[in-house]
This record gives sequence, C-alpha cells and structure tokens, in this order.
Amino acid sequence: MDRNQLQRQVALKRSFLFEQCYLDPQQFVQLEELQDDANPNFVEEIVTLFYKDSARLFQKIEQALYSRPIDFAKLDDYMHQFKGSTSSIGAIKVKNECSQFKEFCLAANADGCVRALERVKQEHQTLRIHLENYFQLRRQAGLVQRV
Amino acid sequence: MHLSNGMGSMSTASSSGAWKSGDVVTDQFPAGLRVLVVDDDPTCLMILERMLRTCLYEVTKCNRAEIALSLLRENKNGFDIVISDVHMPDMDGFKLLEHVGLEMDLPVIMMSADDGKSVVMKGVTHGACDYLIKPVRIEALKNIWQHVVRKKKNEWKDVEQSGSVEEGDRQQKPSEDADYSSSANEGTWKNSKRRKDEEEETDERDDSSTLKKPRVVWSVELHQQFVGAVNQLGIDKAVPKKILELMNVPGLTRENVASHLQKYRLYLRRLSGVSQHQNNLSNSFMSPQEASFGAMQSLSGLDLQTLAVTGQLPVQSLATLQAAGLGRSTTKSGVPMPLVDQRNLFSFENPKQHHLSSSKPMNLLHGIPTTMEAKQLANLHQSAQSLGAVNMQVNAHGVQNSSLLMPVAQSQPRGQILNETSGNHVPRLSSSMGHPIMSNGMSSGVSGRNGMVDSGRGGGYNPMQQNSSILNYPLNSSSQLPCNSFTLGSTPVMSSLTSKGAFPEDVNSDVKISSGFMPSYDMFNELQQHKSNDWDLQNVGLTFDPSQHTNSMHNSLDPSVLVHQGFSSSQRGGQSRSPTTVGKALFSMGEGSHLGNVQNTGQHLNGFVVDNTVRIKAEAVPDATSQTSFFHEQYGQDDLMSALLKQQDGLGPAENEFDFDGYSLDNIPV
Repeated sequence: MDRNQLQRQVALKRSFLFEQCYLDPQQFVQLEELQDDANPNFVEEIVTLFYKDSARLFQKIEQALYSRPIDFAKLDDYMHQFKGSTSSIGAIKVKNECSQFKEFCLAANADGCVRALERVKQEHQTLRIHLENYFQLRRQAGLVQRV
Repeated sequence: MHLSNGMGSMSTASSSGAWKSGDVVTDQFPAGLRVLVVDDDPTCLMILERMLRTCLYEVTKCNRAEIALSLLRENKNGFDIVISDVHMPDMDGFKLLEHVGLEMDLPVIMMSADDGKSVVMKGVTHGACDYLIKPVRIEALKNIWQHVVRKKKNEWKDVEQSGSVEEGDRQQKPSEDADYSSSANEGTWKNSKRRKDEEEETDERDDSSTLKKPRVVWSVELHQQFVGAVNQLGIDKAVPKKILELMNVPGLTRENVASHLQKYRLYLRRLSGVSQHQNNLSNSFMSPQEASFGAMQSLSGLDLQTLAVTGQLPVQSLATLQAAGLGRSTTKSGVPMPLVDQRNLFSFENPKQHHLSSSKPMNLLHGIPTTMEAKQLANLHQSAQSLGAVNMQVNAHGVQNSSLLMPVAQSQPRGQILNETSGNHVPRLSSSMGHPIMSNGMSSGVSGRNGMVDSGRGGGYNPMQQNSSILNYPLNSSSQLPCNSFTLGSTPVMSSLTSKGAFPEDVNSDVKISSGFMPSYDMFNELQQHKSNDWDLQNVGLTFDPSQHTNSMHNSLDPSVLVHQGFSSSQRGGQSRSPTTVGKALFSMGEGSHLGNVQNTGQHLNGFVVDNTVRIKAEAVPDATSQTSFFHEQYGQDDLMSALLKQQDGLGPAENEFDFDGYSLDNIPV
C-alpha cells in the first residue's frame, strides 16, 4: 500500500472509532493535539499507560469483588478511579459500562457487579484491539512517509 | 526564567529577579509557572503533565500526596501552584489542600471526575482556588496562572496596608521576593525567627524589614492572643478593629487581623461540619491503643490543666475530666489518622503533651455520656458555625479537640476558646515546624509567604512536618534526580513510609520497602545537632491515611519513636551513604523502567510484562534496606515506654526552643 492509501486507512479507522462511540472525539482530539514533533506518539503512549494501569485496577476490583463480605464502597471507589482513567482517554463505551458497575455497587448488587465487570472488561478489550490496530496503521503510514 | 524543577529552586537566586516589586507579572509570564500536579492515576497524570507543558508551564508530577507534600516542604518557594486530584489512596485531596494552604499558602486547584455539588462545595470550604472536572481540558489549564497572580496580589496588598511596615520594607520586599529568597535571606529569616521566640512581634517586624517578609507570622502566642480577643468579644462581635485593640500588639495591623480572622472562621466552620464524622472516626480508632500509653495518659491531666487554664475551665470540671480520663486510661485510646493533626493542635502547647492530649480526648469521649456529648457537639456546632470558616488543616483534630473540650467546657465560650486555640495553633505549628526541619538540611528557604509560618521553632513538633521531613531527606540526598522519576520509582518506596516507626510487626514489612528512605538517615544525623531532632523524628511513621488505625498508633508512639530514631540514626551515621545510593538507584530504576515501559508497550500495547518488570525492580531494593528493618525492630512496647519517659526528660531543653513553655507549663495552676 502506498502512503496515501495507508493514511486513508488511518483516517477511516479514526472515524470508525468516533462514529461507533468507542472514543469520544473531543477528548481524543485533545490528546492528539498534545502531540508534536517532540512527542509524536503521545496518544499511543497514553493508551499504553492506560492499559497497563487498567490491569492493576482490575486486579483490585476483582479482589474486592470476590472477597467476603463485599465492601461495595471500596468497589465503587476503585471503579471510580478506573472510570476517571477511561474518561481521560475518551473511552466512551468502557466508561458507560463503568457507570453501570457503579450503579450496581450503589445497590449493593453483587451479581450485578460481576456481570457489569464482565462487560467493562469486554469493552475494554475490544477497544484495545481497535486501538492497537489504529496505532499500527498510523505507524505504518508514518513509516512509509519517512521512507 | 524559573528553574526546571522545584528542588533546585532555592539554590538559585535568579528566579527572584523575575518578580518585581508590586509587579507579579513578568514578560514571560505565565510561561514558566511552576506547577505541581498530584494524581494517583498515571494516565491522567501524564496527560496533565503534557497539557501543562504545552501551556509552557514547568511541571512536576507526583502520584502520591505524601511525595507532593514533601516536595513542597522541601522547596517552599519552588512551586507557584498545586493541582491535585480529590480521590487519592494515600491521602484525601482535601487534606493535602489544607496542608498546602496552611504550610505553604500556595493556590491549590482540585480536580475530580466527580462533579457533585457537595464535592465542589467541599473544595470551596477547604480553600481550593478552583475546581476542575475531569477529564480536564487544556483550556482550563491555560488560565490557572490567574490564581497565582490573584494570590500574590492579595498578599502584597496586605503588606502595603500593614501600617507598621516601613517604607524601605515595601520597596524591598514584594511578596514574591520572599518566595524566592536566596539562601542568604533564608538564613537571616531563620535567625530572626529564633530571636522572635523571645521577643515581641515588633522585633520580628524589624527583622522582617531586612528579610523582605511582608506577611505577619502568626506565632503561637500571637494566635493565642488573637483567639483570646475573639472569645472575649464574642465570635459574632469580633471585628478586626476591636480584636486588634484587645490584642494590643504593636506592629500588628487591622488587615493582618482581618485576614487571620477570615481563615479562622473558615476553619471553625469546617470543624462544625465534620464534628459528627470525626466523632465516629474517633470511636473507630479507639481500639488499638497500647498499655504503654498509660504513662502518656497520666500526663493528660496536664493537658487538661493546660486547656483549663487556657480556656479558663472551672477546676472542678477539670478534676472530673481527669478522673474520667485516667479512669479510662486502660481503654484503648486510638488515635485516628486525623489525630496526627490533632497532635499538631496541641503541640504548640506542649509537644509531649500533645500526644497525650490527642489520646486523651478519646478517653474522655468514652467516659462521657452520649447525651452530653451530643449537646456539647451541638453547642460547638452552633458556635463554630457562627465563627465562620477558616482554611485550617485537620478537621479531625479540630473535632477531637472539640470533643475533648465540650465535656470540659461548661460554658460555650470556654469550649470555643479551647477549640479555637487548639485548632488554630495546629496550623501554626505545622508551618513553623516545617522550617526548622528544612533549615536543618534542606536548601529550601523558609517561605516568607506563609503567614502561618510564624515561629520557626527549633524542632517544631509537627507530625506532618516530621513525616515530610523524612520524605524530604531522600529527596535531598538524591536531589539530582528529576522529580518525575519519583512517581514510578518512589511509589513502592513511599508507601512504606506510612508505617515507619510503628510497631515492629507493622514496620518490618513496610520497612523493607523503605529503602528509598535510607538517605533520610543522613538528615537524622544532621538533625541531631539540633534539639529539634527529637521532634523531627518524632513523627516518623505518621501517615496521611485516616483509614488505618495502625498508623494512628504510630502517631501516638511518636515520642518513643522519636527517641529510638534519634538513637538509631546516630548509630547509622556511617550507613547513610549506601542508603543514598540505594535510594538513587531505586529512583533511577523506577525512571528507567518507566521509560522502558512506554517504549516497549508502544509496540505491543501490552503493559503486563513491563509492569512485572517494574515490580521486580522495586522489590529488589528492599534487600538493601535490611538495616532499616533492623532499626525498626528495636521498637517494642517497653522500649517505647522507656523512650517516652526519657523523652519527657529531654523535653525541657527542647521546649525552650519552641517557646511553648510560655503557654503550656507556666500556665498550669499549682
């Protein structure tokens, strides 16, 4: 594929992510605007950091969720942290599932929480795949450009 | 224009030139604004840092509030503004806000994903200058400089309006200069503060003219006078002019009193708001007290007497309280995390007694019928509410204080006096304590901007400061490290700080990780040269996490911890080098791994591997700190007891430096 084609693919992928509400264009564009020559891959770095930190938060949440008795306040707090993280990269779908989870926490509904957590993780993973693909395309388009 | 990182700021005088007299804005401003951003979420933190850098600010990021506080304390003039998240695991953002407001008096912006009205209101009452909702947009950050300017303008106005300030002062000392004072000024300031301990405020003012310190420093005595005047007038009728007249302090201006009154009111308002909550807290923290506190509790009578004298309590109630308190000395007097502040609260009266008093209130609470408590609480609420709010630190100990005082105080005003006195003194103490610590080994200068920074008492008894001083040390010794590296590398290290100086079982596990703090023992040695050493070390192990009672225990043990540490540190003088290296190694490892993470995962979007790497590295460090664990293992209850008793003896000389004796022991009726 030539550079133009690759770049078109990148643009398409980006639009797809926005249209499908995987990503909030406002927030994501804000992040993109922070990129410059000195930090050309800032968004990718942020996303990487986010996914790395997510693992840690998921662990905490699961630990709290599977302990007995369940401390729903703590669960809510952890999820609040995670939600803050997701909103910082503009991950809409993941964030919505987080809100659902928090609702179940408020209602002290353990089963609801378990199910909601599953959905959070699903969205989280789906987004991850999409973003990986997006950054790969971007790199390829960029690489071609450098050549 | 400004230094690239806050830590080096004090050693350079160049930055001070940027702030002209009466002119807070330079041509480069707001570029170079030195921002400290605190958030436990690494993603947000990185985004914020990037955004702030895009705004051309100088950014230092922190993922722990403790680190942030120590950074701030170490470089009192190293930052212009602080941005902090509300939800943080190690310390509530509002607590950090209070500390910063009191000790450094920097503008603080809170941020949170939570946009609920109550949370935002909390930010307001705690004195935040702004509240941002996450996700934060760069536009919101572009304007944060306004808060810095506004604050400086207000400070400068205070200076101008203080009638006793000489003309020369005004020209010499724009408030900003004080912030960026060179070490020469800092030394002068420190000396003058010491002298001030014995002399009146006017002397301080004379000194300040050469120090370029526009602010009035509210020393313990001055504040007591203030509170006394306020109570005499009645909270509702206390107007600055009358307070000023009553205080009759030469050199004090109405404006000084007015601004102080405002803060005081904020503080009281907040106290009333959290007193209920604090009561619950205090109960929950009651359990873990040790019998070793029996000795401490025996001194609580002195506390009561002190308070009684201060608040003019009827002697009978004092006796009753004492009996009740002592009778309940076997009860565990848990000292909640917030009581760290409570200790501050009492500390200016008598450092040692502060511990006791902090534990004392708990006992009293238990000994007193609930109904009375409720009534007293209600009284206190009313009186506190009418007082207004002051942005003071530690609601907790404010409440604890009130709990103690309410049963004691038969009349409402008395309770207020005690409450206010204690409450207000706490912040003073914390700020004043910070200075000696800093002067001990830090390059950072004493901040002139902090109006609370009154009495640079040697060896201030500020638990908070103690904690931060410890944190400061490693930072100091590894001062070449960029601040950023702290976030990753220091995380495992810092977390252990909380239980430093605690009981052996707690300490062992934590101390292992505290390798990064080994360098701190360097400072301990230095500190020993000052009488304040005891106090500085005293609060090792204080944490800012109210949710752990073990921490509270540590707090109460401070005197003993202090002594032990004092002893140990002298033994470990020779070990200081290696810990420093370890600390540095830790930090650089952290930093390196962080970078490695980004690069590696950039390819694979898989942070798991990197995460493990980071963890492994962090764990490797503890091995080098076996010395630390050894050190802490010395703590046992008996040791603590003896240490405490020893410390009591040692308090004499130390107290002189604090100048507390004028208030505390002398006031105790025979």
